[in-house]
Amino acid sequence: MAELAEAAHAAVDNGAAALTVQEYITHHLAYLTYGRHVDGSWGLAHTPDEAMDMGFWSIHVDTLGWSIFIGAAFLLFFRYIGKRATVDTPGGMQNFVEMIFEFVDARVAEGFNGKNPLIAPLALTIFVWIILMNTMDLVPVDWITGLASLVGEYVFGLEHMAFKIVPTTDVNITMGMSLSVFALILYYSIKMKGVGGFLRELAFHPFGKWMLPFNLIIEVPTLLAKPISLGLRLFGNLYAGELLFLLIASMLGIVQLPAHFVWAVFHLLVIPLQAFVFMMLTIVYLNAAHETRDH
Amino acid sequence: MSFNLTFIGQSIAFFVFWWFCQAKVWPLFANILEQRRQKIADGLEAGARGEKDLELAQASVIKQLKEVKARAATIIDQANKRASQIVDEAKDQAREEGQRIIAGAKAEIKQEFNRAKESLREQVSAIAIAGAEKILESSIDQAANEEMLSKLAAEL
Repeated sequence: MAELAEAAHAAVDNGAAALTVQEYITHHLAYLTYGRHVDGSWGLAHTPDEAMDMGFWSIHVDTLGWSIFIGAAFLLFFRYIGKRATVDTPGGMQNFVEMIFEFVDARVAEGFNGKNPLIAPLALTIFVWIILMNTMDLVPVDWITGLASLVGEYVFGLEHMAFKIVPTTDVNITMGMSLSVFALILYYSIKMKGVGGFLRELAFHPFGKWMLPFNLIIEVPTLLAKPISLGLRLFGNLYAGELLFLLIASMLGIVQLPAHFVWAVFHLLVIPLQAFVFMMLTIVYLNAAHETRDH
Repeated sequence: MSFNLTFIGQSIAFFVFWWFCQAKVWPLFANILEQRRQKIADGLEAGARGEKDLELAQASVIKQLKEVKARAATIIDQANKRASQIVDEAKDQAREEGQRIIAGAKAEIKQEFNRAKESLREQVSAIAIAGAEKILESSIDQAANEEMLSKLAAEL
């Protein structure tokens, strides 16, 4: 089905304004951006260049919208299941949600030694939210994007309206999460160890106080690398996956049918793995932040 | 691929979702799983208790059975004893009764014999008197010889 839609879309494009491979991919990698134009007015960007010119004062309506929609849907669904859940014999969906719940709970119990009841809900939120955002990558690249383009063209008069549906292929989304985690690392480090304790950890480890500059050179980048690697790892994996779907869709013609399938199967491994890695690293980092004894 | 407000928006969403999850989602499942854990623990405990009760009950049954058997044995013993006693008593009574009957019969026989002897004696004396009367005919005075005849009758 995906590929049929793809082919139909390509045919339309061939008939009307034919897209080159480069244009096709650029179109798919652009965001539906709302922000402040160069002239000071606010509105949707009509071209990728216009979006670039908006700079910081712009927002990716598509990825952030999907991100919030997916997160809210997941939490409301879980709450709905939780409200109807019974102690006795769990039904299908309740069983499924409990399975995820217990999986996350077990990971937190293993990886987090402190006593903070907020960490497990955080891990659950991160894990399920990211899995679902990543899963959007399995929706054929032209289904929703193509439909949105048509809506954009005929309803809003935007030619080649961009509409990305995989939030985790937007570095703003992944870094938004990883820097939030970083903020939590700093918050809990200072809360548990005090400002002095936190700074001591940076300055007097691992070589003792006489090697303070070296300690700082080692520890500060280590600390800063945490959120950056966390966010960019997720972004890189999903961006690469999305890009390969786009390349397959734009270059392989009819051969894309099996190619899409094969890549989707590989991607099925990446989707939960990256969510899992993000969750585990968050747990490990926050565990280190709660660690008060010297080591 | 530049940083913009999306990043801020995602961060806000992150914290809002976290808050919602810890306040409205996590406790529901934590609560249910804890309740279920408790229920299972209770069930297992009840099972163990039941098993123990069964063990105790079996032990008590065995004990009671033993007691009952012992009691039954004594009862049977006593009954046997009593039965033989009754039989013995009955034998004794029967023997006594028999002897009494025999004694009665003997006494009766003796009485009858005496009575027959008496009557025979009377008849003999009457015959003797009648004979003597015939022999003596009129010469003998009945009244004068009464004493002698009575002596004769007593001697017979």
